Amino acid sequence: MTRRIVVVTAGLSNPSSTRLLADRIADAVTTQVSARGERAEVEVVELRELAQDLATTMTTGGMPTPRVAQARDLVASADGLVAVTPVFTASYSGLFKMFVDVLDTDALNGVPVVVAATAGTSRHQLVLDHALRPLFTYLRAVVVPTGVFAATEDFGGGESDRLGRRIAQAAAELASLVVAETGAVGGFVPREDDLAAPRRRSSGNGVDEDVTDFETLLGGLGQ
Amino acid sequence: MQFGLFSVGDVTPDPTTGRTPSEHERIQAMTAIALKAEEVGLDVFATGQHHNPPFVPSAPTTHLAYIAAQTERLLLSTATTLITTTDPVRIAEDYAFLQHLSGGRVDLMMGRGNTGPVYPWFGKDIRQGIALAVENYHLLRRLWREDVVDWQGKFRTPLHGFTSTPRPLDGTPPFVWHGSIRSTEIAEQAAYYGDGFFHNHIFWNIEHTAQMVGLYRRRFEHYGHGAAEQAIVGLGGQAFMAGTEAEAKRFFRPYFDNAPVYGHGPSLEEFTRATPLTVGTPEMVIERTLGFADAVGDYQRQLFLMDHAGLPLDVVLEQVEILGREVVPVLRREFEARRPVSVPSDPPTHASLVAEGPQAPHHLVAPARTAADRAAARAG
Repeated sequence: MTRRIVVVTAGLSNPSSTRLLADRIADAVTTQVSARGERAEVEVVELRELAQDLATTMTTGGMPTPRVAQARDLVASADGLVAVTPVFTASYSGLFKMFVDVLDTDALNGVPVVVAATAGTSRHQLVLDHALRPLFTYLRAVVVPTGVFAATEDFGGGESDRLGRRIAQAAAELASLVVAETGAVGGFVPREDDLAAPRRRSSGNGVDEDVTDFETLLGGLGQ
Repeated sequence: MQFGLFSVGDVTPDPTTGRTPSEHERIQAMTAIALKAEEVGLDVFATGQHHNPPFVPSAPTTHLAYIAAQTERLLLSTATTLITTTDPVRIAEDYAFLQHLSGGRVDLMMGRGNTGPVYPWFGKDIRQGIALAVENYHLLRRLWREDVVDWQGKFRTPLHGFTSTPRPLDGTPPFVWHGSIRSTEIAEQAAYYGDGFFHNHIFWNIEHTAQMVGLYRRRFEHYGHGAAEQAIVGLGGQAFMAGTEAEAKRFFRPYFDNAPVYGHGPSLEEFTRATPLTVGTPEMVIERTLGFADAVGDYQRQLFLMDHAGLPLDVVLEQVEILGREVVPVLRREFEARRPVSVPSDPPTHASLVAEGPQAPHHLVAPARTAADRAAARAG
């Protein structure tokens, strides 16, 4: 079965070190998923290309532009997510957060995520654990234990290639979760009794056709 | 089919002059716009209800009664009545009174209101918005349909032996619409009671509007009120017109670019592509509006927002004139030409509801076919 890995990258320049890091992580995830006997398909969301669309979506009461809607569909249907941002002023970049802000709060329920960041100095590395990790925890994603932080000097690598080892570690953690089975066997346990059933996910695009029957709504209020 | 205007009642500076109308001027302007609507042959004027600046319409029935006294045919409506924060007892009494004053020229559109701080000012909580809309509206139906009400609920003081006065005109409660942009529960509510569903539409793409209307239509049929295509649908829209598209854009662009609800985001061109806003010739407005029926099916009410973006009153009156004299006559003809005979042209009116008699479903608190009815029907 093919697993869909979506990479969200918020680098601004071209080439950008953020995109370089995103590609290295994506390659490592592909390798690790293959090593577990499955195929990975990677799709990249370059947030720079969405900058104007995100601003438009913000200023029109949340009506997504077609490109924002497409990106939301991608994220909401991902089996695993790789999120990479440059560090700007002690946190993720504004562009990165704008994208997270247009996601449905049910878009990433239970989804394995690798968080990664780039910066000019390693002094920013706690951004992974102080900013990115709580952000995705709020969205009920499963952030893998190993985050990937790359300061400019890490791209030198050297013989030890500590960055490469860290990327492989994070990718392996993500791949294990991505290929793991979740929930009960279909039809075996009635859904409402299945406490382990994953929460439903939603892209926020379109109208949820699965409405609560009005008699139930009224009845819930004792009317 | 009914055509008309809906006004938010915002006090917005004219960006070309920097002048902000006073509240008094804005209230008088809304009245003038409503009177113009009747003069040029439009059918409906609907006012918003707001309790915070920069909006003026906090007392809709006072205003609608004043307009009713100066008009003969115009149907007075709301867009929307805040069913969440307004006591349903006051809605029942105020609008029944308005029915009597206006000779039945009243219907209402229920809405929740999306401004968080307004709720606590009225002792409510926005997080209970849907539940408030459900409980309050059900009570409202009872107050209009049962002479003596014993009631207990979650959000209001219980009522024992309460009679809402005056009773609805001719014992016939006004027709009700439910307005919702994204909340499927409200489309479901409209369908359950067989009420109308209005999609404001003005800040959304037609694909989204069509999904919401489609959901309402399917559920309307599910609850046994008729076929999906017979459900009662209303849409909003907005336009600015001139002799040529270039002239319309030249005049309207500074208003668009600076309006609190439009400006500083997408360009006029992007926004007109994405939403119903049409800035161009009357022919362009006609073509765009007719296209709505391709997306949502043949519908019964089209309301236009014309007093937007801080346009001065004289310009708005001229726009209403063009709408009434040049656009709507063509729309009436074309919409009827494409409408199947089985689909009603108009929403229910006081006259049509009275004609249906006291045994009609309109007089039931809960006219929907119940789950038990549906099971029995399946069992044959």
